[in-house]
Amino acid sequence: MSRRSLTLLKNLARNSNASCIQTRSVTYMPRPGDGSPRAVTLIPGDGIGPLVTNAVEQVMEAMHAPIYFEKYDVQGEMSRVPAEVMESIRKNKVCLKGGLKTPVGGGVSSLNVQLRKELDLFASLVNCFNLPGLPTRHENVDIVVIRENTEGEYAGLEHEVVPGVVESLKVITKFCSERIAKYAFEYAYLNNRKKVTAVHKANIMKLADGLFLESCREVAKKYPGITYNEIIVDNCCMQLVAKPEQFDVMVTPNLYGNLVANTAAGIAGGTGVMPGGNVGADHAVFEQGASAGNVGKDSIVRENKANPVALLLSSAMMLRHLQFPSFADRLETAVKKVISEGKCRTKDLGGQSTTQEVVDAVIAKLE
Amino acid sequence: TLRSVLTEEETFTVLQNISDSNSFVAASLWCFEEMTMAAATFAKRLIGSRSSSTTATSVARAFCSSTTPITATMFPGDGIGPEIAESVKQVFTTAGVPINWEEHYVSAEIDPRTQSFLTWESLESVRRNKVGLKGPMATPIGKGHRSLNLTLRKELNLYANVRPCYSLPGYKTRYDDVNLITIRENTEGEYSGLEHQVVRGVVESLKIITRQASLRVAEYAFHYAKTHGRERVSAIHKANIMQKTDGLFLKCCREVAEKYPEITYEEVVIDNCCMMLVKNPALFDVLVMPNLYGDIISDLCAGLVGGLGLTPSCNIGEDGVALAEAVHGSAPDIAGKNLANPTALLLSGVMMLRHLKLNEQAEQIHSAIINTIAEGKYRTADLGGSSTTTDFTKAILTHSSIFLPSSMKSFSPKEKLVTAFMGGFTSQLVKEISIEECVKEAGCYASNVVLQRFGCI
Repeated sequence: MSRRSLTLLKNLARNSNASCIQTRSVTYMPRPGDGSPRAVTLIPGDGIGPLVTNAVEQVMEAMHAPIYFEKYDVQGEMSRVPAEVMESIRKNKVCLKGGLKTPVGGGVSSLNVQLRKELDLFASLVNCFNLPGLPTRHENVDIVVIRENTEGEYAGLEHEVVPGVVESLKVITKFCSERIAKYAFEYAYLNNRKKVTAVHKANIMKLADGLFLESCREVAKKYPGITYNEIIVDNCCMQLVAKPEQFDVMVTPNLYGNLVANTAAGIAGGTGVMPGGNVGADHAVFEQGASAGNVGKDSIVRENKANPVALLLSSAMMLRHLQFPSFADRLETAVKKVISEGKCRTKDLGGQSTTQEVVDAVIAKLE
Repeated sequence: TLRSVLTEEETFTVLQNISDSNSFVAASLWCFEEMTMAAATFAKRLIGSRSSSTTATSVARAFCSSTTPITATMFPGDGIGPEIAESVKQVFTTAGVPINWEEHYVSAEIDPRTQSFLTWESLESVRRNKVGLKGPMATPIGKGHRSLNLTLRKELNLYANVRPCYSLPGYKTRYDDVNLITIRENTEGEYSGLEHQVVRGVVESLKIITRQASLRVAEYAFHYAKTHGRERVSAIHKANIMQKTDGLFLKCCREVAEKYPEITYEEVVIDNCCMMLVKNPALFDVLVMPNLYGDIISDLCAGLVGGLGLTPSCNIGEDGVALAEAVHGSAPDIAGKNLANPTALLLSGVMMLRHLKLNEQAEQIHSAIINTIAEGKYRTADLGGSSTTTDFTKAILTHSSIFLPSSMKSFSPKEKLVTAFMGGFTSQLVKEISIEECVKEAGCYASNVVLQRFGCI
């Protein structure tokens, strides 16, 4: 009897070894009722926005993800985000959005910024990493840029002192700096990241960026397991271009974060593939990682050649945020496989495919 | 050199025996490291008698004291500053650049007239000469004085910072096709230094943009593009968020763009600009931007081509003042060890020469530097080599066939050979003709002596 059970056990071990290549995440134990569909507000936006959000809708349907979208039409030229949209986001707590185009110098404040301020989405996160199969000039890039989203240079407080002289206020408060620093270290802690770098220009703006650095240093003391260092923003950009592998998580005030995130996205493959989102205490809005105001050229919209990868990866982040990890994993794996194969690529990655072809390829690769 | 073997009279006789060409004689005399008064007079007499000869006049212009030498201020700086300044002086003298340097150093105490460590005399010198070259300066730590760079900027009213960034052939980075110029407004913007604490925990910092400063820097940008044959000027901004401030900057740029219809003008949002720079830097030509963006973008571009050790820079002030500077630090850890890389200061000196319209010498020195780096045999430690500063400088000097007046390029091999031995530039010229040809061509006393002396026969 024991000999037979021994061979049975051996067979079992052999079989499980063979199926180990396909990882099965069995550790997520949901609460009863977690699988009921969640509502997510969807804002297609301008330019390439509707194309890429449509891509996400198609993929979600193919996966039978427990999500349904409440779509609202918002244009960048509107003066305010409509009240019903805000209501919906407040109810659902999660939103997925394409880009909203801001008219340049037109006197209309950016709707992207408005949304962030009203919902108090104080942290903007962009994850820049090398996708296997996508050749770039830099290797080993895996940077997360966490950027303060509400104050700093983008406070929007400008006025004309006398004709020909304009002032703009950059406001830094301890409250906001502290909470962004806390978020950055918490993110590093929960995602097993080893280093947090604060980006600043405190040698010139001693009081403003000095206050930001002070807050970062205080929070760093509470996380002794995470290395903390500081770097001046111009040196930071130079290092990003020369040796990006030295950076892990970066926490920055508003303006520098914008530049650093776009630079990091550029070296890792472009804004067409980097996921990101904005998060606050109560709400989260997921969108294309960097350059949310860039809605692409008209030619791309006409020919349907927008790159949906960024928004697809952002929606995977959203699925994890909503605690549907296996759907997120499936989506990410499918997208990464499509990229690494290299057959279906849109124009910004050097290929000729349309958005729809990429979406079909991703759906085909879903398990 | 030969002049240590023969007297001056004998040398002149010898030269005249070798060639009837007066320009050859004059050029050979130029090769002497120290022009004596007699040699100068002799050369002038020769040139005067054949004044229709264009080669003669061009040679005369190159070395005769009919060109008044220009006085320029030099701040060697701290740390590695003096070594690289020495290198610059050597290269400039060898190339025949008519500049007399007025050196000024940062003093050890604060001058009350300028409230900083730079003396009033130094600033007056730059104002008078209108042109200067500055090495790296380390601001002493302490309170109660302005930083040195800030002092220079405010006192000399340096409103534009120009930084050309181009890939150096021979020094491989991840980017090969960078060829752009960043022009940054240097006086206002986010670096006005106006900050205050409103209440505890709330700090405000003012960013100021004025029409006057924006117009000034836009004018300079387009003027620079036109004089250097550039086709496109891009204004970098964030006017979709900072509508009034960057909007004013853009308005001024547009106004100036209308006056230069042959130059294409475009506006790029700064986040797009960053992304495009790291993906495809060949898309940009001339970039003009306010202070903060300029700081970040110009350092980013320096990173694309190899770092601050290779980047030249020039600050332009009112009344045509130009102060070229090396933007790297003073590197106190390698100071005095002859390991520093003088490339940044040399290239800044070239920018200074172009500003002075000494384009021929600027081009010669520039090519010599590029060729030395491209050759790859002599590189300082920061470029991955093991040469010392003096070795590197010598290597630039030996790319010195380029330093000959252009008339000499038409000389026969014999003439070139003797000229080379006369002046001491042996290696580069001698490489161009074989020793056998030397011996064949050498048919006179001087050449034989010279060839013997240099071990060729």
